[in-house]
Amino acid sequence: MTIAHVTSPTHIGKPVSRYEGMDKVTGRARYAADFAAPGMAHAVVVSADIALGRVTQLLTAEAERLPGVIAILSHLNCPDVAKGDKAYQDQVSPPGSPFRPFRDERVMFDGQPIALVVAEDFETARHAARLIHVVYEQDTANTDMSAVLGIAYKPPKKRFGMNGVPGRRGDTQDALRVAHPRVDAHYETPPAYHHPMEMHATTAIWISDTKIHVHDKTQGAQNSRNYIAAIFGYSKDDVIVEAPYIGGAFGSGLRPQYQLFLAVLAARELKRPVQLMLTRQQMFSFGHRPQTHQNISLGATGEGLMTSIFHEVVAATSTYEDYQEDVVHWAELLYATENASYAYALTKLDIATPSDMRAPGGGLGMFAIESAIDELAEASSMDPVGFRLQNYSERDQFEDRPFSTKELRSCFSEGAAAFGWQHRQAGGHSDGHVRLGMGMATGIWEANILPTNALARRHSDGRIEIETAMADIGTGTYTICQQVAADVLGVSLDMVSVRLGDSRLANAPVEGGSFGAASVTAAVEAACKALKNKLESSARDIGKHANAPIEAEGGSDPYYFKTAKALLGFKSHSTYSHSAVFAEVAVEPELAAIHVRRIVIAVDAGRILNPKTARSQIIGGATWGLSMALHEEALRDHTSGRIVNRSLGEYHFPVCADIPDIKVIFIETPDTKLNPLGVKGLGEIGLVGTAAAIANAIYNAVGVRMRKLPITSERLFEGLVQNERHRTIGSALPLKGASA
Amino acid sequence: MRPFELVRPDTMVQAIEYLQAYPAAKLIAGGTNLLDLMKEDVEQPHILIDVTRLPLTSIVITDDGSLRIGALVKNTDLAYNPDVMEGWPLISAALLAGASPQLRNMATTAGNLLQRTRCYYFYDTAAACNKRSPGQGCAAIKGHNRIHAILGSSDQCVATHPSDFCVALAALDAVVVVQGPLGERRIAFADFHRLPGDSPERDTTLDRHEIVTAVELAPSAYAVHCDYLKLRDRRSYAFALVSVAGCLEIRDGVIVSARIALGGVAHKPWRDYRAEQSLVGKAPGKDAFAAAASILLSEAKPLRDNAFKIELSQRAIVHALTRAAAGSLHKLPLELGNRPLQ
Repeated sequence: MTIAHVTSPTHIGKPVSRYEGMDKVTGRARYAADFAAPGMAHAVVVSADIALGRVTQLLTAEAERLPGVIAILSHLNCPDVAKGDKAYQDQVSPPGSPFRPFRDERVMFDGQPIALVVAEDFETARHAARLIHVVYEQDTANTDMSAVLGIAYKPPKKRFGMNGVPGRRGDTQDALRVAHPRVDAHYETPPAYHHPMEMHATTAIWISDTKIHVHDKTQGAQNSRNYIAAIFGYSKDDVIVEAPYIGGAFGSGLRPQYQLFLAVLAARELKRPVQLMLTRQQMFSFGHRPQTHQNISLGATGEGLMTSIFHEVVAATSTYEDYQEDVVHWAELLYATENASYAYALTKLDIATPSDMRAPGGGLGMFAIESAIDELAEASSMDPVGFRLQNYSERDQFEDRPFSTKELRSCFSEGAAAFGWQHRQAGGHSDGHVRLGMGMATGIWEANILPTNALARRHSDGRIEIETAMADIGTGTYTICQQVAADVLGVSLDMVSVRLGDSRLANAPVEGGSFGAASVTAAVEAACKALKNKLESSARDIGKHANAPIEAEGGSDPYYFKTAKALLGFKSHSTYSHSAVFAEVAVEPELAAIHVRRIVIAVDAGRILNPKTARSQIIGGATWGLSMALHEEALRDHTSGRIVNRSLGEYHFPVCADIPDIKVIFIETPDTKLNPLGVKGLGEIGLVGTAAAIANAIYNAVGVRMRKLPITSERLFEGLVQNERHRTIGSALPLKGASA
Repeated sequence: MRPFELVRPDTMVQAIEYLQAYPAAKLIAGGTNLLDLMKEDVEQPHILIDVTRLPLTSIVITDDGSLRIGALVKNTDLAYNPDVMEGWPLISAALLAGASPQLRNMATTAGNLLQRTRCYYFYDTAAACNKRSPGQGCAAIKGHNRIHAILGSSDQCVATHPSDFCVALAALDAVVVVQGPLGERRIAFADFHRLPGDSPERDTTLDRHEIVTAVELAPSAYAVHCDYLKLRDRRSYAFALVSVAGCLEIRDGVIVSARIALGGVAHKPWRDYRAEQSLVGKAPGKDAFAAAASILLSEAKPLRDNAFKIELSQRAIVHALTRAAAGSLHKLPLELGNRPLQ
């Protein structure tokens, strides 16, 4: 495959404003709950307020008497739907038995939907939901991860698409025994929730007993379509799922969520359109970033050469699914050592199954690794950047193969220069009663491409239409499709329109995992190229069909996806994006107050199709990294098994005043081994590494290692008080993993 | 949310009559707290009495130089009122430390006084809460309680009062003017909010048929040497873990009088006259401030998660009084003055 026709692009690489920007800022863009249909009913979910037990009685008489209430659905009267697990599994399901709403009387997690009230208007439905009295037989839920660390288990079946856990290299225990310096540290990260601005919603429009038209908040219209078709017995062609706009999702819209099931169930049962939007509180009742406990041991020689890596993770999952993500293989890609060993285990809690949340796995594992590397660099009396360069891995030690491209060295040098890293002092420095510290960390994320199709259509007046089922989750997919099409076909941007997020369009996977841009633009490029060939070859016949549109389909044709075997992971090169994150923090030790003053992030994500939307992606990711470092934590009361800070007032993430200037630098080396345009993806790389850079900067400022997220006032305060008491800086806690 | 009836009195007499006629009625002005509570089913009023038509929207300087703030004056209007910024800058700083611009544009003076606690368990109708449902018990005492009280709590309730504004009003010895069926009553600020004791469902000493009409502040001796410091989980839109209103009257290098009020630590803004008295006659300085802080916190008791607030309060008091002595509130934009690290 060549890229000859876009080597001197007019539009690719330019900071083109969002294709759909005007629609979004003027309110023309319609989201799942913005749609209405004649006769539409409104539904409200009744959520369980226990975490484990059984519903023994559902007292609905008072609610049913309310004028305007149409139906109350629950496990007691749930119509016939698919019974087997298979129908409920989707493109990204982990192994296990997926949650099936209204399956029976059992309550398996706090906030589980146990009834659905459908009424003529929303207010009536909401009121009626309050009038339903649920009687439970409550069991003691276990939601406390520390109580079940001892019964963690290796998941018997690996989740599809994961890299998995690297095999052992050398003898890590032996190497650690003699290593000097050596770092052993324990890290903890809390459960955290996606909280897109748009709550999950579905408008299900009943067409006939065999047809349904659904507006869903989803990152994969076809994933939702297949789910509905399988559960309710529709033919796939008779289910339309549209999701042209998504008000943020960050992974929460990868799996079909329960509001989709419930809205379709009600619409089918009542033979009329039904709309359902979850509340902000109900957004705490499904997927989330799993809680982890992590142990790391690193060893080096006196010259600062790393000899061994040990990284062990226990992650929480639900009782009914083995949710897994790649938390542990990252060090294997970054640091050259003779010895390495990794472990990843799960432990079951009475909670809803976790799910992919921005930079799933990598965001968590890299916080621990990059914090520990900072400790090891210090123990080796080396600059953190210099230490990383000295132990730089040219090969992927996990798969034992070279990288397609890896511009991490340039990320270090350009990021350090822009940040002024040379001014960093060991022990930070003072500005009045404020301590200033600088920290840095490496970021890494998998660059992937999944089979995706697109259609290009030319109308007789020269207008071009691009169509694919791929979603734009707010990242700029519309815009890059438009740019690529315009360049391949040699037309201006305003001649190109783009349709996305509709299950009827050319096949595409869910958008997520940073593979969207690479996958969809390769497909658009192929489709446009095919169209161009068609136009050229049919130029002489054009008179005959002057008014008929001409169309061509194309698929992303990644080199290593040509066979089924290839799909399971065979590649000649490892493909990853990289970054270097630099952060400066101010800490007022007296008050345990922290403020991040600035962030510089240098990113190797291959070719940048649109520096404007790309920068927004990185700023968003880095902001979330800051949020992970300092703010986000779902607090669960283990007596009730319920999350207590179930609102955006008390579940904290940064406000604008917390977010500093974030400078983004792109190291642009197209990765054409991955895809023709050389794109590596941007969705996650801004987040990975940012939390560790901030924690490392806090250490530089005040000499306290923060190994438990988020770094709240009390946690920093505790560290500062201990430091004042002992004056021993950075002493690591003894670990079970290291000595095991 | 449950259906309710809305009545909109035009006069104070009418409003009080509504209160007398409908025992389950609630007053509503800005609605920034009550509507949330209704959506969460914590409050279930059958009748809302919208008081926004009452003539209580003025800010007046009286003949004796006092400030009279109408009950319906919006937080934003009060914070940026030139007389307030000049004569009672502590009030502006505290107001601007609270909520967000959008909320401050709606929230009223009296509403701020009457806002309910942000205890997680108060908001969760499935959790035990004596404040919401007397006699149920308190889930917070053994639950997540980092945001809860270290002073003045009872075995019935460990909730805190969430207001910033009230911490400043407490420090400045404001007077709450209320109107009831029997006429006007003036309540010293220290007596307006209650400690939980055995009846945590009652936040204030306001009678059920009374309406707050104004808040009054005497001319302040602390316009120069005052500070509002708010420590919180993020730089805006978060309630105080600990906040301090610190005021000093300094003559010839000696403290003549002092006021210290603490927020985020008790069921009401916390003051201790012994602590304030200990500063009189002393030169402003860290040792004197620390000694006063120790007195103020001498009876502080931690719960499972909030022991850090005791030491943090100690340090915050010293910090705020140090800034007050330096008069630093005047050197920064008021929106920023309440934060550390500026």
